[in-house]
Amino acid sequence: MSLLGIVNYWVFVALMMLGFYALIARGHLVKKLVGLSVFQASVFLFYISLGKVDGGEPAILVDDPTTIYSNPLPHVLILTAIVVGVATLAVGLALAVRIREAYGTMEEDEITEMDRTA
Amino acid sequence: MIGQLPALQVVVPLLAAPLCVVLRNGTLAWLLAVATSWAALAMAVVLTGQVLAGGPIAYAMGGWLPPWGIEYTIDSFNVLILLIISGSAAAILPFARHSVADEIAPEQHARFYSAFLLIMTGLLGMAATGDVFNLFVFIEISSIATYAAIALGRDRRALTAAFNYLVLGTVGATFYLIGVGLLYAVTGTLNTADLASRIAPLLESRTVIVGFAFISVGLMLKVALFPLHQWLPNAYTYAPSVITTFLAATATKVALYSLLRVAFAVFGAGYVLERLPTEAILLAIAGTAIVVASTTAIFQKDLKRLLAWSSLAQVATIVLGVGIGNAQGLAGALLHMFSHALTKGALFMAAAVFALRLGGTSLERLQGAGRRMPWTSAALVLAGLSLVGVPLTASFVSKWTIVLAALERGWWPVAGFILVTSLLTLAYVVRVVEALYFRPSAADAPAREAPLSMLWPLWLMVAGTFYFGLNSSIPMRLATQAAALLLGVAP
Amino acid sequence: MTGPEIWLAATLAIPLAGALLIALSGDWPNFRDAISLLSATGLFAANVMLVLMPDHAGTLALAPFLPGAPLVLKIEPLGLMFGLLASGLWIVTTIYAIGYMRANEEANQTRFFACFALALASTMGVAHGGNLITLFVFYEALSLTTYPLVTHHGTPEARRAGRVYLGLLVGSSIALFLFALLWTWAVAGTLDFKPGGILAGNASAAVLSVLLLLFVFGVGKAAVMPLHRWLPAAMVAPAPVSALLHAVAVVKAGVFTLLKIAVYIFGLDLLATLDARDIVLAATGFTILAASIVALREDNLKRRLAYSTVSQLSYIVMATIVASPFAAAGAGAHLVSHAFGKITLFFCAGAIYTAAHKEKVSELNGLGQRMPWTMGAFALGSLAVIGLPPTAGFLSKWTMFQGAIAAGDYALPIVLGLGTLLSAGYLLPVIYRAFFLPPARSGLAATAEAPLPMRVALLFTAAGCIALFLMPDLLTSLPLEAIRGRR
Repeated sequence: MSLLGIVNYWVFVALMMLGFYALIARGHLVKKLVGLSVFQASVFLFYISLGKVDGGEPAILVDDPTTIYSNPLPHVLILTAIVVGVATLAVGLALAVRIREAYGTMEEDEITEMDRTA
Repeated sequence: MIGQLPALQVVVPLLAAPLCVVLRNGTLAWLLAVATSWAALAMAVVLTGQVLAGGPIAYAMGGWLPPWGIEYTIDSFNVLILLIISGSAAAILPFARHSVADEIAPEQHARFYSAFLLIMTGLLGMAATGDVFNLFVFIEISSIATYAAIALGRDRRALTAAFNYLVLGTVGATFYLIGVGLLYAVTGTLNTADLASRIAPLLESRTVIVGFAFISVGLMLKVALFPLHQWLPNAYTYAPSVITTFLAATATKVALYSLLRVAFAVFGAGYVLERLPTEAILLAIAGTAIVVASTTAIFQKDLKRLLAWSSLAQVATIVLGVGIGNAQGLAGALLHMFSHALTKGALFMAAAVFALRLGGTSLERLQGAGRRMPWTSAALVLAGLSLVGVPLTASFVSKWTIVLAALERGWWPVAGFILVTSLLTLAYVVRVVEALYFRPSAADAPAREAPLSMLWPLWLMVAGTFYFGLNSSIPMRLATQAAALLLGVAP
Repeated sequence: MTGPEIWLAATLAIPLAGALLIALSGDWPNFRDAISLLSATGLFAANVMLVLMPDHAGTLALAPFLPGAPLVLKIEPLGLMFGLLASGLWIVTTIYAIGYMRANEEANQTRFFACFALALASTMGVAHGGNLITLFVFYEALSLTTYPLVTHHGTPEARRAGRVYLGLLVGSSIALFLFALLWTWAVAGTLDFKPGGILAGNASAAVLSVLLLLFVFGVGKAAVMPLHRWLPAAMVAPAPVSALLHAVAVVKAGVFTLLKIAVYIFGLDLLATLDARDIVLAATGFTILAASIVALREDNLKRRLAYSTVSQLSYIVMATIVASPFAAAGAGAHLVSHAFGKITLFFCAGAIYTAAHKEKVSELNGLGQRMPWTMGAFALGSLAVIGLPPTAGFLSKWTMFQGAIAAGDYALPIVLGLGTLLSAGYLLPVIYRAFFLPPARSGLAATAEAPLPMRVALLFTAAGCIALFLMPDLLTSLPLEAIRGRR
């Protein structure tokens, strides 16, 4: 298998690391959530690319026994995972808004400082 | 009806949760939640009876047979977990009313109980399912509801605690998802039993090893095993007291259950314990965790935070039992899950009562409460004794089993280590006792005993720790069977 | 339930019910004290009934507990002796305590008497525990129930003492005693008390030696150095606690546990062959001498008595570990005679504190004229602890002496003799000061005797020291039955 043949994995790893980096290195809460979303999305792509079969058609039954279908199961799984991801993001953003209301800032350093001196 | 119990166990609270929101009225929602939790407990008890009498039950969700459909398997291992979850909920929800009324704005009550039921749904689902992707979904159901519930805490630090947990928890769950994806890539199945049979010839493949690593790390984050524990102390300290009680009694244990289930049922005991250096890793991590967490607990100034650190140490004790790597150690670990759920439930309930009556849980506020709130204080002391592992309490039985397991392997330093570190527990329990009984209370300290509706669930939990300390035959039987099942030897 | 079962159950039920009633009767002091007295008397009666049971046979299963290790109570001669001793002295102590607590206007009296009753329930469990795990369970309960009594005053000093107390007792018992117990379980597969022991033939001599050391130092209540610090620390407690618990129930529970382990877990024959015996003998010998020397220099009366207890306890441990039947019987006898002597001394110390507010030996000059009954009883108690006739201490020390000589070890009698000389050295000056030195110019003029209930109690125990001298069979018959009767 050539390196290009597994390009989907490279994309997955690159996106994952990007998201992870943003999550860890950024102090702004919303930027953290963006990082988290990218991180999750990379995993979704990984699953979807798993289901791809060379020359495969979308998994809609047609009257031709020779048709090759892509594996639909990962797509279905990821549909669920996307819903979960959206829910997480929504809760996270709601929390960020509440934190801004309570602390007046979304910068992690400042919040930590306020908690420490409180 | 009886045949549908494995599904109903999860579906009933799942349906009750949105109903709570629809009801809008806090009291009605509370009544519904209580009824649901008791129904869940009743179902768990019936399932326990069935499993003890007739062995494991397999249930095909929606009639789709495995490996295509989602399968629920109920055996002696997860009935124990189902009992812990539904039993804790059934005791905590009746208790919750006054505490919730005090800590949470009235218009939020219905939503609060809805979140509680969703957490419970997620945990029950994690315990019941036999499908690794379904497990992910339930982890996220319970987690998202937990983030929301923690954020309802009075202190604004509850918000940051919830946010941090959200970030770390999602990373953990996503790690798990990656691991599952890698396994799916090489086997093409998600059913636990099916995975186990297909993965056997592939165990040496790098994909499988990496998958195992992702799954372990992801779930250990949920277990809050040192050093992946940072989210826990703040979350437990600032969450509403009722949520803390429920989480402390159940959440980390269910996560550990999931980890054990995937590790042993999918990869197999031989792979996990012999092929990989699991024992050494677990012993090192758990040993460090016990020492660090217990020592930190000694220096805490707030009861809830002290108990949170203590939870970290106790979970590490459970992991240590697993790390001993024989059937008895595993049985001891499962027993300790059970006994610690009872004990920590009682302790956090007492903390909730103090939060209600004294307006906070700092040890300074607790001074002299022994005279003013004798029943709550006495319950706290008795549960504290169980935490230490004093004989006649449930924790003694579980620690005894773990120590015997270590001796069985000839690891007497490990046995000594567990006994000596119990003394660290004693040190922080004594600090609480001193505050309650042997320090003068402030002149203007409020002085009222808790309402009866809070006292009876609290004392029920305390009585439970002592009952199972005196007669451990049922949990012991379940745990021994479950350990044998996981290790793949005939019970 | 049969007769023995009922009375065994009663030994636990009476003090537990007493504790509950006491806790509920906080607002009526007279009723509360009546309950205390009534449960003490009832408990003693139950123990007497047990002694009267034919053949001293009978067991009572309490709870299944752990697979293969149930909680059981069992009638057994050594336990009968200890049970009778503790419950009988509880009556006297209750009378004394009522006088003491009221005269000193102590706070939290309800908690005090309730915990006292709980401590006695634990002591009964230790006495009648039918296997090692039952004994261990109640041994731990005894540490925990006496902790509130030690920390009773709630002062920083009392809290510190409480930490030392709990830390050393529970620490040693969990880290060493429980460890040894688990190991025994792993090796022998049982924890039952069997005449002749359960360990013989189950483990190598090296393992057995390690086990012996774990047991001797794990049973921290026996106060073998370096695990003795809790006992002087516990002296911050009110005098009745020091008297009954820290001269009788708690400390004797320690040596009693060791005696049971020696006789029924190791078996005296096996014990006599172990190398580690020499280490224990050296440690106890050192404790006897070192604690006596500390006592000589200690000016606080209760602490002096505490160090004296440390030293006397090691006598008993040493005689137990010598492992000749005669020495072991002497150990049992000394357990009783020292209890009578030392409780008298602590009663006197409490009486002096109540009447004259003196805690130091150097302040006692001339007190004999002011408090003749108390100081007279103190003199008798001293004789019993030193081991001089006409007191029971003479008999028990004599028996231990003979046992040690019969065992062929000549170092031991020398240590025992030196210890006796030293104990005369730290007790007789107290009597000398009280009776033969003139009182200091200020202070004693207004002093009268202690309240009547206290005087009754201390005279009774002092009389007991003499009575046991006149009826020596009471001292030795039960230990001999345990050691000889059921080989």
